[in-house]
Amino acid sequence: MNSDLTATGTLVRFALRRDRVKLPIWVGAIGLGMLYAVSALPTVYGTPQARQGRAELMDSPAAVMMSGPGYGLDDYTLGAMITNEMVLYLAIPAAMMSIFLITRHTRAEEETGRAELIRSTVVGRHAAACAALIVALIANAGIAVLTALAMLSGDLAVADSVAVGAGIGLTGLVFASVATITAQLTEHSRAASSLAMAAVGAAFLLRAVGDVSQPGGNLLSWLSPLAWTQQTRAFVDLRWWPLLLPLALCAVTVAIGYAVSGRRDVGAGLIPPRLGRAHAAPSLSTSFGLALRQQRVSLISWAAGLLIFAVPTGSLSDSVTESIANNPQVGEVFTANGQNPLDGFYATMALFFALLVGAFAVISVLRLRSEERTGHAEAALATSVSRTRWYFSWFGFTALASAVLLALSGLGVGIGAASGDAGAETIVKVGIGTLAYFPAVAVVAALAAALFGFSPGASALAWIVVAYAVLFGMFGALLDLPSAVSDLSPFAHTTALPLTDLPLTPLGVLTLLAAALALAGAAAFRRRDLEST
Amino acid sequence: MTAALEISQLHKSFGQVKALDGLDLTVAPGQVAGFLGPNGAGKSTTIRVLLGLLRADSGDVSVLGLHPWADAVALHRRLAYVPGDVSLWPNLTGGEAIDLLSRLRGSTGKNRRAELLERFELDPTKKGRTYSKGNRQKVALVAALAADVELLVLDEPTSGLDPLMETVFQECITEAKQAGRSVLLSSHILAEVEKLCDTVTIIRNGRAVRSGTLTELRHLTRTTITATIDREPTELTSAMGVHDLRYDNGAVTFDVDTDQMSTVIRSLGQLGVSSLHSAPPSLEQLFLRQYGDNLIGARS
Repeated sequence: MNSDLTATGTLVRFALRRDRVKLPIWVGAIGLGMLYAVSALPTVYGTPQARQGRAELMDSPAAVMMSGPGYGLDDYTLGAMITNEMVLYLAIPAAMMSIFLITRHTRAEEETGRAELIRSTVVGRHAAACAALIVALIANAGIAVLTALAMLSGDLAVADSVAVGAGIGLTGLVFASVATITAQLTEHSRAASSLAMAAVGAAFLLRAVGDVSQPGGNLLSWLSPLAWTQQTRAFVDLRWWPLLLPLALCAVTVAIGYAVSGRRDVGAGLIPPRLGRAHAAPSLSTSFGLALRQQRVSLISWAAGLLIFAVPTGSLSDSVTESIANNPQVGEVFTANGQNPLDGFYATMALFFALLVGAFAVISVLRLRSEERTGHAEAALATSVSRTRWYFSWFGFTALASAVLLALSGLGVGIGAASGDAGAETIVKVGIGTLAYFPAVAVVAALAAALFGFSPGASALAWIVVAYAVLFGMFGALLDLPSAVSDLSPFAHTTALPLTDLPLTPLGVLTLLAAALALAGAAAFRRRDLEST
Repeated sequence: MTAALEISQLHKSFGQVKALDGLDLTVAPGQVAGFLGPNGAGKSTTIRVLLGLLRADSGDVSVLGLHPWADAVALHRRLAYVPGDVSLWPNLTGGEAIDLLSRLRGSTGKNRRAELLERFELDPTKKGRTYSKGNRQKVALVAALAADVELLVLDEPTSGLDPLMETVFQECITEAKQAGRSVLLSSHILAEVEKLCDTVTIIRNGRAVRSGTLTELRHLTRTTITATIDREPTELTSAMGVHDLRYDNGAVTFDVDTDQMSTVIRSLGQLGVSSLHSAPPSLEQLFLRQYGDNLIGARS
């Protein structure tokens, strides 16, 4: 056996032991998502007519952007529907799980210095990275099996079900191998997973633009690993060879990752650390200044990422108008809701970006927890900074940054639209319409902060609200859920577009709720012990 | 004048674990107080209560006349703290961290900062994550020592420093004392406490087992001598200041009081010494000798 891989087996068992709760939750949740779709969709779309109605709706560019290339829309069977609309939203969580998994077991271990302890024992140079990849392989295999079984439980064709399940698992594995490279670029696990997540975002964008440009996708779609499962044309005209693409990409990235890992020191990144200033800038004088400084890079990356997404999205508005001209039925669906079809498109986009900003807000509030766990909070709170002040400095940054990101995404969509046939007033309209989601984002952020106030370990539970909002915001209509269920999401109440009738009452209620939650968190934080390292 | 720091009957539990079990501790103004105890004795927990980071279950705590939980902000303006395990913001330089902490405290000692950086030989332009443990500790020490405060709370501040830097640290503490500051110095190294402290409190299993001035605790600072000698050490067994002498086939081991050291060494010299080793007793040894096994057993 190659001595570079000594003790890989032990490390695999060790990683599985550490992740014995996390991984089953991820794998199980993704499997359950598929099971739910397979069992709910036949009841909602029981007749071919109902499914065809859905298919016509899915023909619009906005829908294509958020779903898939649209294979089988002329005969929209259950299988075609799942491949076109669900696969993306099961593959993205699989990718996220894989990225976090790889980063957790490679870069985070090096960053904390635990890798040094492990590597000083009889463990090969590549054993840790290899073990992490094997665990990712096991987890993604689990996802592939569970999703395929879920489809089989709905009496779907065996070969196509296997292809879709394998495709989702392979997509996860592709991003696991991407993460093995990003984990070596920087010394920070947070930066490593952010870089890999940016790759997921880029893949999403490529597929969206490619699929919108041409039914069935063009070259841009093929460049996106997120597109390959749908390109098997499962349940329409199955072809297996697109699944060779993720295998090839995995082989290439893993080879690169291994080559890089053989060249660098334990703990070091490829980007070397630089010397900095001997004196702090005047801006670094307060807790808020520190919060800003610590999240500056993250805020700039999010802003850039959202803009890169928003402008091309907005520029699709011309194709929306066009597709309505070609297919009046699509327009009828929107007008039946009392909306101008274009406004419906903008409203969908505003919700989509608001959900992304909601994710940013939770990530940002969770910084409170990591500041406490690393002992940085202890250092700050041993100076004359009160707990309330410290808490609201970090929370205040999150609120402010969320507002900036919402406004930027709205303006981005508006600018994209105005670059086409839409008037310049669209920029202001979509900007305000997106910013109207601020109270909803604030509620999510304040909930995370309140949970942190009571117990730092609990703050991650705020992800449940984001997941809930995504699930019911994006799939509420597809699954025809009762409004009582969807209404629990804070994002369900503040659709402002087309700005004729601003939902002032819900906006006010959500703002008050956010303030109450934030204050409750502050009060609880003042009363509890600080967790020590 | 009120005590710089006064704790009585302090209790603190984490779930089932009793971290502090009726601790008493006093630091007089302008004095350097040693806070001595083995790992896990409750030193850091006490200090975190003193800073209002943890809330006491019961007992009275007063620091500079203030209540650490209720008046944390006002209190922290008047003290500086060096944690035992210094964790710096990985992307801030040492200099930035020092400035940030001083500004958050509200007192900046610009001249002292430059002087201390030089004395501790610390490069302030390196990022936090690239510092070694000792250098991280220096960053926290410079930030604390540069501050214009009445009380220094230091939690094992020298555990990562090399002997040269330990000397610099000791000079700094002596200067702080001359400037009229009070110091609480937690440590598990007896020698360090001996050099710097006016009073010592020894803590074990969450309570103070001994407390007093160094002279009062002189018997704790015996040195253990191990030597290989030619003849049986009959004179030594009855000599002043010699304790626990054991002799086995040419090897002798005994403890000697510091003030009797020269007399005892002279008598030892007449026994034909072929090898000699002297060591200050470890804390655990002291506890074993002073309090017997029941205290060791009391931990579990």
